[in-house]
Amino acid sequence: MPPGDLVSALGTAAARDALVVTAETNAISMMLILLVGTPAAYWVATRETRLRDVVVTFVELPLVLPPAVAGIGLLAAFGRLGLLGGSIEALGIDIAFTQTAVVLAVTFVASPFYLRTAVAAFESIDPTLPAAARTLGAGPARVFLRVALPLASAGLGAGAALAFARGLGEFGATIMFAGSLQGTTQTLSLAIYEQFDLDFDVALAISAVLVVISGTVLLSVKLLTRWRSASPSLIPFAPSTRTST
Amino acid sequence: MALRLSFAHSLRTFDANVDLGVDDGETVALVGPSGAGKTTTLRVVAGLLRPARGSVSVDGDTWLDTATGIDWPAERRRVGYLFQEYALFPHLDVAANIRFGAPRGEAVDGLLDRFRIRGLARARVSELSGGERQRVALARALARRPKVLLLDEPLSALDAHTKAAVRAELHELLRGLGLPTIIVTHDFEDAAALARRVAVVVTGRVVQQGLAADLVARPVDAFVASLTGASLLHGTARAEENGLTEVVLDDGRSAWSSDVANGRVALAVHPWEVSFARVQVIDSAMNHLAGAITSIVPLGNRARVRVGELVGEISTSSLERLGLREGEVVIASFKATAARLLPLP
Repeated sequence: MPPGDLVSALGTAAARDALVVTAETNAISMMLILLVGTPAAYWVATRETRLRDVVVTFVELPLVLPPAVAGIGLLAAFGRLGLLGGSIEALGIDIAFTQTAVVLAVTFVASPFYLRTAVAAFESIDPTLPAAARTLGAGPARVFLRVALPLASAGLGAGAALAFARGLGEFGATIMFAGSLQGTTQTLSLAIYEQFDLDFDVALAISAVLVVISGTVLLSVKLLTRWRSASPSLIPFAPSTRTST
Repeated sequence: MALRLSFAHSLRTFDANVDLGVDDGETVALVGPSGAGKTTTLRVVAGLLRPARGSVSVDGDTWLDTATGIDWPAERRRVGYLFQEYALFPHLDVAANIRFGAPRGEAVDGLLDRFRIRGLARARVSELSGGERQRVALARALARRPKVLLLDEPLSALDAHTKAAVRAELHELLRGLGLPTIIVTHDFEDAAALARRVAVVVTGRVVQQGLAADLVARPVDAFVASLTGASLLHGTARAEENGLTEVVLDDGRSAWSSDVANGRVALAVHPWEVSFARVQVIDSAMNHLAGAITSIVPLGNRARVRVGELVGEISTSSLERLGLREGEVVIASFKATAARLLPLP
């Protein structure tokens, strides 16, 4: 198949709609994951409570859960007949089979990838650095923004890239919870599945796009990790030996 | 008393119980082995560790009082804390590191000049030498306008070559600042050079405190004696009629001390009290112990000669004059009045 045909196959309504839906839903998901996930990961990383293990287990659950189960779970929670569905519907909001459902599904399956990496990044910060910041008059917010966040930034970036890649490929939970309605909930992955029967060229073209995006993401993670190990920001210049108490 | 501190806190294998007061302009050194609770003491003052019980007050402000529930957060306590490895922020350049501690918007040019680091203002922390890092860390700590200075092993991250110069500089700086200062170190020599008062901390307790010279002259126990650099010879003491005490050393030889003691003791003698001879001489020294030289360590214009448990320090010219070599038998002499007897449990 010549590359020209691939490009024109991307011009079909199905492909264009899927691209828009994917871009919108993933952008919102990533924003949610970063804005809520970053402080949450910091909170988890700086606590030594038993609650921490509970939170971590809960966060990691979507990683091991089969996507179909995740879809059923989301339906059971937010569907019209679900646990929270009734009260949400009373507010005049219907989530299942809307773009909101796509965002929820993507967020649900992608967030653990970010959270795990983010917690690890925050935990790898030499604890004397935040301590030093506090003795220099920095309150908790300033310690987070000026010390923890910049020091963890490379790890956070890598985690965000992984979560983005996972969200982009999200299929199972989305098709069960949001359906595959072109222009509303049909993401690129779902469009591939549908076009596989309708127009194989379109399916192939979309797949090619995803290969390029995934490759770029993977490459950026590698570069970030390399930058991270080469950057002085994550290797303490002198090993922190806490021999004396 | 500008800084008043008292706390009890349970550490891994023992309970720390420290009571300390430091005057304005006074420097107190906490000396002791690793894990004795020295850094814990600094962390309590800085508010990085809340002790089970205790209080900290500075200039009349109560920073911590567990009895009444007062506990200022670390960011509110004005301490200049120099961390062991300096804890400079690797993602900030030198100037930004120092500005981090300064009140909002305040220029730090004065500090850059004072610590001779203006040329390094834009440098990343990873590019600095050990001595430069220490100056940056000190400048940053002072940018905070501290009321108390806490220095955790300020010299241990430096190589021997820069250490002596930095130590002299630091001493000068502390004198000029006039702040109550606590220095933590495991090196008695550093403590004696930097601080007026030295407190020896062992398993969470101050076992002895006083002027460095007092600790050298009158150590309360064998640990303090060895910390001040004395050699320890173990044996059994028996007070004699003549006012002297004979110590039968564990190797069967005898030594004499003007201290009065009975039972198991450690005989402590400082290196500068020990002299060496090739043949037995008739002199006023009561103690002449023959033995083979196990090591000779040159220290600039002096040399440290070890004969078994006994260490003596002599000038290199004496060393050359006597032609001493490792393995040769010499007679080590010291006066009974230079031998301290410290009871052993």
